[in-house]
Amino acid sequence: MLVVAGLAAATLTGCGGSGGGSGSGGGDGSITMGFSQVGAESGWRTANTKSVQEAAKAAGITLKFSDAQQKQENQIKAIRSYIQQKVDVIAFSPVVESGWDTVLKEAKNAKIPVILTDRAVDSKDTSLYKTFLGSDFVEEGRKAGKWLVEQYKDAKDPVNIVELQGTTGSAPANDRKAGFQEVIGADPKFKIIASQTGDFTRAKGKEVMEAFLKANPDIDVLYAHNDDMGLGAIEAIEGAGKVPGKDIKIITVDAVHDGMQALADGKINYIVECSPLLGPQLMDLAKKVVKNESVQARVVTEETTFTQEQAKTALPDRKY
Amino acid sequence: MKRLLWPLLVLAALLAVNLFFTPSFFSVEMKEGHLYGSLIDILRFGAPLILVSLGMTLVIATGGIDLSVGSVVAISGALACLRISEDGGVFSAVVLALGLCVLLGLWNGFLVAGVGIQPIIATLILMVAGRGLAQLITDGQIITVNSPSYKVIGGGYLLTVPFGILLVLVVLGVTAFLTRRLALGVLIESVGGNAEASRLAGIRARGIVITVYAFAALCAGVAGLMISSNVSSADGNNAGLWIELDAILAVVIGGTSLSGGRFSLGGTVLGALIIQTLTTTIYSVGVPPETTLLVKALVVAAVCLLQSPKFRDKVFRRAGPPSSPRPAAEEKVRVTA
Repeated sequence: MLVVAGLAAATLTGCGGSGGGSGSGGGDGSITMGFSQVGAESGWRTANTKSVQEAAKAAGITLKFSDAQQKQENQIKAIRSYIQQKVDVIAFSPVVESGWDTVLKEAKNAKIPVILTDRAVDSKDTSLYKTFLGSDFVEEGRKAGKWLVEQYKDAKDPVNIVELQGTTGSAPANDRKAGFQEVIGADPKFKIIASQTGDFTRAKGKEVMEAFLKANPDIDVLYAHNDDMGLGAIEAIEGAGKVPGKDIKIITVDAVHDGMQALADGKINYIVECSPLLGPQLMDLAKKVVKNESVQARVVTEETTFTQEQAKTALPDRKY
Repeated sequence: MKRLLWPLLVLAALLAVNLFFTPSFFSVEMKEGHLYGSLIDILRFGAPLILVSLGMTLVIATGGIDLSVGSVVAISGALACLRISEDGGVFSAVVLALGLCVLLGLWNGFLVAGVGIQPIIATLILMVAGRGLAQLITDGQIITVNSPSYKVIGGGYLLTVPFGILLVLVVLGVTAFLTRRLALGVLIESVGGNAEASRLAGIRARGIVITVYAFAALCAGVAGLMISSNVSSADGNNAGLWIELDAILAVVIGGTSLSGGRFSLGGTVLGALIIQTLTTTIYSVGVPPETTLLVKALVVAAVCLLQSPKFRDKVFRRAGPPSSPRPAAEEKVRVTA
């Protein structure tokens, strides 16, 4: 999900109808939002973009959209141009965490409120932005852990868990690991017997799982930090003559389409959603900050979890 | 064989470490009608790297280098999966993907031999642009295909042996035959030694250089098919990422000189196996992910030091009596594949 792409083959989806010049004074109610997206590196991100665009249309907010193609300088340029165009609110998903102070100060001086989406910045001056809307990765890890504890609450034997971590050092990898550990750590019967990075990719997930299966003959549960690694691991488990979902229970995070399909097919047991559909929440927040109403400094995306049964009913309507 | 002694010892040491941590490491059994075991894994996951490294060996033997192979891996898998997801014709998809790869290799060769751009720069162009091309083909998404016959290339089995391993054996056999039984190998080494002198001696240096770049891209293309077929999906962002560096490392560990003029196919295969065994070892021994790269670096550094005659001379002379006063001269003897 947080894949760094070289040259993202992204289309600059300049949202049609540029809002009638700069006629977006405070009083007339119509809001113009400048949104700078990271890129189009994954299905998750594409769904995120669509959600923002559709929600803006539904909320009657004029959206100026730009795609940074994974480059911070493009994002800074886009934000500067939004400041010049005097938009009412700026929202963006930072490509990287640091280096935003200058451009955010410019926005603040121009009295344009800023909302961060999906990813945070490490700026010490929190007055530079109004709020940060995004997933709570630690909570995602906790949800995964809670389901596991619930499943094995009557079991007396130790439960052997292997973990496929995301890219080493990335926020989702660190936090999903910590949240999971926090919940299962309370009961000593849960043992993480092996934990390695699978770089969030299917190929690595499969390769690492192959090695896990050989080094540890007795694996009960696999916890993968995203669907793709889980999907790779499923192939490894099948190759070893075991049945994924039965012999080895599988928990993943994300709920992208292929993952949901595997969940509905019974190969994955539980998926914690990391939803890209934060458009509607973003538009609500935008309306509030433009009206100068107070908002919470941290807003968590509305997310759910899926069991196999829920996946079967949810799958036809999934947007990504 | 003498030059391959040290890499062989390192490989043996790595396997011994595994045996210590996982007693069943060497056991190979039949499961679901095919061979199953850690050693098979090493060969299977190492197959793409061996292929890419074979192509790289010949390029390096001409004094060049090919940084674009990782991008070619991504392009090949992406195009094949796109075609299969559109109409399902596996054969045509494979031919099309490999055809494009050869074309990209010819482009590299043209830049190096035809226009005279330095190889590292010439192939850097495709390394960067190629990744973009792969993303363009996949539209930035992961393309999932559901084709049992495509799956065979990287994840299937023929007569209980993983198909990828057989593919590598075939490519290795053909390459060894062409370069060691026919004159091609000598011509490549001659061009690597001195391209201009070779040309004056009547060797079509330009044609040889273009050929090896096309061959390297073809190898990368086959590796790309293997990688994407193994997981039945094409990931333009991550497939083959940094494999060019692993391939160069494998070539160097195998004793091929980066300055060109000399190469060892057997050494390259050994080098690639060492890298893959190291990766598998890290997974099965349970090295924490934060320190994985450090452990890899230490092992690689140790291999390189052991390979250096000067270093061995200094260290081992202290331990025992010097066996030969000047082993360096002997090191120059060519090794056949």
